[in-house]
Amino acid sequence: MSTNAVERHQGSGTGAHQVLTFVLGNETYGVDILRVQEIRGWSAVTKIPHAPAHVLGVLNLRGSIVPIVDLRMRFALERVEYTAVTVIIVMSVKTPAGSRDFGVVVDGVSDVVDVNSAEVKPAPELGSRSATDHIRGLVSVAERMVVLLDIDRLIGRDLALSAGADGEEELAASAA
Amino acid sequence: MTVDLTQFHEAFFEESFEALDSMETALLKLDIGSPDTELINTIFRVAHSIKGGSATFGFSEIASFTHSLETLLDELRSGGMAVTVALSDVLLKSVDVLRAMLRAVQAKQPIDSQRVSDLQFDLEVAIAKKGEVAAAPAGVAENGAVPPAVPDGGAVSRGACGFADGSQGDPDIPSERSPRESARPRWRLHFHPYRELLARGNDPLRMLRELAALGELEVRVDAQMLPPLADVNPQDCYLAWTLELAGEVTEEAIRQVFEWAEGDCDLKIERLGGEEEAFPAPRTEPTLPTPAASAPVPTGAATTSTPGQAAAHPAPSSGPPAAPVPVRADAPAKSEASVSVLGDSGSIRVSVEKIDELMNTVGELVITQAMLSQLGSHFDGADAEKLRAGLAQLERNMRELQESVMRVRMLPISFVFSRFPRMVRDLAQRLGKQIELKLTGEQTELDKTVLEKIGDPLVHLVRNCIDHGIEPPDARTSAGKSAEGTVHLDACHRGGNIAVEVSDDGGGLDKERILAKARARGLVGPNDTLTDAEIYELIFVPGFSTADKTTDLSGRGVGMDVVRRNVKELGGKVEVSSEPGRGSRFTITLPLTLAIVDGQSVAVGTETYIVPLISIVESMQLKASAVTRLSGRSEVLSFRGDYLPIVRLHEIFGVEPRSRALHEGLVVVAEGEGRRVGLFVDDLLGQQQVVIKSLEANYGHIEGVSGATILGDGSVALILDVPGLIRAASMRAAA
Repeated sequence: MSTNAVERHQGSGTGAHQVLTFVLGNETYGVDILRVQEIRGWSAVTKIPHAPAHVLGVLNLRGSIVPIVDLRMRFALERVEYTAVTVIIVMSVKTPAGSRDFGVVVDGVSDVVDVNSAEVKPAPELGSRSATDHIRGLVSVAERMVVLLDIDRLIGRDLALSAGADGEEELAASAA
Repeated sequence: MTVDLTQFHEAFFEESFEALDSMETALLKLDIGSPDTELINTIFRVAHSIKGGSATFGFSEIASFTHSLETLLDELRSGGMAVTVALSDVLLKSVDVLRAMLRAVQAKQPIDSQRVSDLQFDLEVAIAKKGEVAAAPAGVAENGAVPPAVPDGGAVSRGACGFADGSQGDPDIPSERSPRESARPRWRLHFHPYRELLARGNDPLRMLRELAALGELEVRVDAQMLPPLADVNPQDCYLAWTLELAGEVTEEAIRQVFEWAEGDCDLKIERLGGEEEAFPAPRTEPTLPTPAASAPVPTGAATTSTPGQAAAHPAPSSGPPAAPVPVRADAPAKSEASVSVLGDSGSIRVSVEKIDELMNTVGELVITQAMLSQLGSHFDGADAEKLRAGLAQLERNMRELQESVMRVRMLPISFVFSRFPRMVRDLAQRLGKQIELKLTGEQTELDKTVLEKIGDPLVHLVRNCIDHGIEPPDARTSAGKSAEGTVHLDACHRGGNIAVEVSDDGGGLDKERILAKARARGLVGPNDTLTDAEIYELIFVPGFSTADKTTDLSGRGVGMDVVRRNVKELGGKVEVSSEPGRGSRFTITLPLTLAIVDGQSVAVGTETYIVPLISIVESMQLKASAVTRLSGRSEVLSFRGDYLPIVRLHEIFGVEPRSRALHEGLVVVAEGEGRRVGLFVDDLLGQQQVVIKSLEANYGHIEGVSGATILGDGSVALILDVPGLIRAASMRAAA
């Protein structure tokens, strides 16, 4: 099944691929299931200094240190208490520096659905480009609208920011 | 029944290489005149066991060579011969040749028999003469390698013969290119090495071979600069090459081949595109005086340096001075770079102690598992407590196991350092300098992958120190220093990093010269004033070199950008400091991606941080009277007559502390890069060894943090980078 999904996904544009949907407030979002590494319960994170506010901290994921992002904060939604049912989805994101793992905190995981690429509608232009460019599109699943996220754009930028700033500084230093 | 001996080959090679290393070390320790018998015995044993092994496995060439070596060593052992400088040179060369032979056999490639038989001959001559090591001219003639055009074969250094013989005697490369080839992109390279190229440990042949691996290579050698034979210095490179390379090759790839030689040569790369462009007309015939019969006879053993170097030298015997001859660049390896690179060995040696530790941990794990399964077989609610205890034990065992396995990957840096005594000795000899090499901190452990990659940058730095840093003996004495210069290699764990230092007590960096060159190149405006640090930074600019083309030794720009790039690839950095007349110091700082550090856990609010123990000077409780506020803002602590700035960790890291009052918490006096600060924390928790995990892998670099670790309860704690913290704090204070 998964190989089929890969093939179908790679033939991007047409065909169906599987999407993991999760709930955040009143909205349902979806991410490509092939990017999902694992789903785990909430546990306390270690704060990291100088990080953007929505980067909560880091967690030990079987020996590797994984940053955790709160999507509610990222989308400027109202914060809620983290409880035992709060879920962390660990995904891998592609950055120029290679693949990186990170976790997002969401309210709950809903389902895995098949999405036909032909049915995906582009997100409407809403004022500034940056408000929507992390959205791959909108799709309707069982009467509900699912917002498909482009996690590379959504998270990759945060990660690149933290890693890139230092690199640029050094570049500038060596050029001086 | 036949036993398949090939299964033992790998072990034989590994053992032999190790044995050769110890032989080399012993040879370097050998005192001329009064040799230590134990050392000679060591050397003898190595030769003997390699001989035995290679005979067993049917490597007859190695066996025969080691037999000659053994005979010579036997003479030494019995006292029939005295140890002379020349003799120890021959023996060291034998180590090189043996290594090359073993490598060739290991890679199933043909052995460079010319080089072997040359040296074997030297050995036999040495035995025959019993002490007077001199290569008879007859020996040269005998090996038949001398082109008839040179009347006096004896005037030719024999290492050079090998070159002439093997590399240029293949005129079977068509000088006409087929039309098909010409459609592909072509590069024309003008490669003009400076004379000192060889002395820097670069080998043009190796570069040509690397180029040949990239595409189809056509080589023309320009021997115009060859002086009369009597003036030839076998240490110098007189040849220049014009190369044409065809194939899908990027300029980057070509530049990479020359990257270590940058600054030691003039290199011009032209793209010829697809169109046909003929070689420039052959140059006018250079006039090369025929070697006079009265030319001094270089004796093979006494004058040539390592074979690797000698073989690459322009051979005076390169025959009749003719128009540039196409040379086949893929001629069999005639030499090997004198600096061997620590190969990607697929196996490592691990101390029995570490293995025992692993065994112990696994043993405990088995016990824990037995306990848990017994508990599980008839489990009821009352056993919950036992279960919890068992699981905790399991977790601890697992962690220990993980740490032990990690530690297996850690090797002492002496694996890299061990190559330097030989290199320094050879280079010093060649450059006529007296140099003492000091190695400290050899037991500092670092991860195998880091270890393998740090070798080349270090070699380069050491070479720089010897070449440019240390002055010739007479210049040193007149400057009031001892004639013998010192190159110091040091390694230590520092502030969550590994610092490897290469320092010398030579002349230091020439600031004026660097600055002048930078101005000439437009890197620095004519009126800009730069700090020392900024000036030193210039040497890392790619392509920057203070070298004046021909005669002058190049400045420190040689390949420094490559050094920095390599170190940066490992996530580290290179820093320079220098004092005119006193020497310079290069510090490579590497992160400990997999390393283990002794740490002190400290609590700030709800967070736990690890301070590397090595950077802690002292921890103490403050009395309110010990703190002074400077201009209302920065707090200063009086510590043993010094005033140290207080860095509040909770402010730097944006954490809510248990208390902001200094006397309610503790101050950890920490040191980094020569500066001390007082870190204000809530509490000290305990000391432990922690395994360093990378934050960069999934996140990025954080100012003041060198990495993270996983604590006993599975949570993550950040490891502080004290020098980084001090920098961050001083930036805050300045802001």
